[in-house]
Amino acid sequence: MTKFIDLTLNGISTGAVYAVVALALVLIWRATRIVNFAQGAMLMITTFIASSVISSSGSYWLGFAVALVSGLVLGAVVERVLIRRVEGAPPLNAVIVALGLLILLEAIAGMIWGNTPRSFPPAFSIQGYDVGGTRVLFAPNDTFTVLVVVGVALALTALFRGTAIGLKMRAAAFRPEVARMLGVRVGRMLTLGWALAALVGSLAGMLVAPSVFVGPNQFDPILVFGFTAAVLGGLDSFAGAAVGGILLGLALSYVSGYEGSSLVTLAALVILVLVLMIRPAGCSRAHRSAAYERPAHEGQNAAWHARAIACDRRRCRSHPVPGQRGARCL
Amino acid sequence: MLGAFDDLELANGAYYFAALAGLTVLTGLSGQISLGHGAMMAVGAYTVALLIGNEHWALVPALLAAIVISAVVGVAVGAAASRLRGPYLAGATLAFAIGLPAIADQYSSTLGGENGLVINPPTPPSWLGANFPLERWEAWIACAGALVVLFVMNNLVHSGIGRAFRAVRDDEIAASLCGLHVGGVQTLAFIVSAACAGLAGGLLTVVLQLAAPGAFQLALSLSLLTAVVLGGLGSLVGAIWGAALLVLLPTWTNDLANSFSLSTNVSNNLPLAIYGFVLIAAMLLWPGGIQAGARAIVSRVRHSRVPGGS
Repeated sequence: MTKFIDLTLNGISTGAVYAVVALALVLIWRATRIVNFAQGAMLMITTFIASSVISSSGSYWLGFAVALVSGLVLGAVVERVLIRRVEGAPPLNAVIVALGLLILLEAIAGMIWGNTPRSFPPAFSIQGYDVGGTRVLFAPNDTFTVLVVVGVALALTALFRGTAIGLKMRAAAFRPEVARMLGVRVGRMLTLGWALAALVGSLAGMLVAPSVFVGPNQFDPILVFGFTAAVLGGLDSFAGAAVGGILLGLALSYVSGYEGSSLVTLAALVILVLVLMIRPAGCSRAHRSAAYERPAHEGQNAAWHARAIACDRRRCRSHPVPGQRGARCL
Repeated sequence: MLGAFDDLELANGAYYFAALAGLTVLTGLSGQISLGHGAMMAVGAYTVALLIGNEHWALVPALLAAIVISAVVGVAVGAAASRLRGPYLAGATLAFAIGLPAIADQYSSTLGGENGLVINPPTPPSWLGANFPLERWEAWIACAGALVVLFVMNNLVHSGIGRAFRAVRDDEIAASLCGLHVGGVQTLAFIVSAACAGLAGGLLTVVLQLAAPGAFQLALSLSLLTAVVLGGLGSLVGAIWGAALLVLLPTWTNDLANSFSLSTNVSNNLPLAIYGFVLIAAMLLWPGGIQAGARAIVSRVRHSRVPGGS
């Protein structure tokens, strides 16, 4: 029973980190319809910067702030310099550019900081809480991690659902032409989306670095599991990504605790395939993401999109597929 | 005549080409992404290693068995994949790429765990002479396999099946209106490319005399995908470019890195940095891959020569 509780707590804290990475991936997916495979390398760079700042200044929170700011800048620069150029190209080109960036950033980090992983201080104590005389596998630092995940998920949902800027970002992502006609600065919205995502990613790097150490390749598994979590939750939903991350962390923790750690990646595969066979577009709100698919005929549905954006503004949440029954809202 | 090292590079290029040709059909022709082709190669590699190492099969039947077994795996993966689109398919195949090598650890008594399985090198037939180098024989085997793949795939691309793949890629609804079973066609594309990858994996085992999980990490799957996009999707010539790139680029960049006197950190990472830079630059310069870029250059040269050419 103690083992079960320990595994559960461990699963929640590792799952929380997957959830943060998944949130960053969902953010970029929603903002630019690109899966950012370079996310792991970007958060690795910001965590290395934080590590250097912490070791030279001695202040954890200064390093934390520097990591977030550098994430913001890095994300904006990557979007502006690289991603902007492959926007009109086939989607695979963006994937390859992201993979190239992943390799390039890992090589640059290796050149600057060396390939040997180095330790990284946690934000709070990693000494487990004392519950009735026994130490549980859950420390103040894990509480911090979970709170960050919940906070980020709520903040992002609020941003995209409840603010004008979030609405503009959604419009820019899913119908750039129409959004431009309606006065949205599409380019800026895309840059903002990448910058925010890189910021969230750098947060994930800070949270996970104490347990995996900082090295050029240390964050690759985090990206893979974060992506798995995002796919599990459905790439269009922040809540789905957060829940998907936690559930994946729990499942992998049980598998590794009861069956052995060599099965973890295999278990991730089995879980993902099972979920996707039942819900091919992730767990959450499959009908809703279908409504967000671009209409088949380019240019013909501008009016529909204008209405969809107006309808979004009214916060009614029933964007239907055009022509489908129940399209009352539009 | 090629030296031993060049023979080995030729063999490497040949089995990479076999895998890339399959991936070209899958991604370029039927429009499905696969981040898990390294795992498909692992299936073929382990089949050959088990059959030759434990069961003492001859080379050709073992390679045929590798094709069949990986095609069977392709049926399962393809059936799952035909329900998935875009990033969801990418995620599922990514999980396949990292999940499958773990099986080697799990069943380490039969699959050899981290150390993998070792087989005896193929012996060159006696009529080639007593001094015929082993590397050259391996290169011939790999090239024969690659030629078979090229022949079959080239015919497939220009057959009705190839047209069905393209129809499904371009418009699923239109394709199904034409009487095509979209899921079936997509599954078939996965089976074909899995069979190619299985043969490639089998050839890899023959060339390296080793099947180990270390060779089939995620990096292999990703470099296959990058090579096929970089070479040029949708044409088998692009797969040749991609295979050449996969073999030659690491050698060149390593030579380059060693030719300067740099600190170890820099010289160890310089080849990777160049590889990443080439990926990005090539995608920005030639969005259609090297093959499309070369074609554009050739047609420009031709047009400038012919007066009045449009």
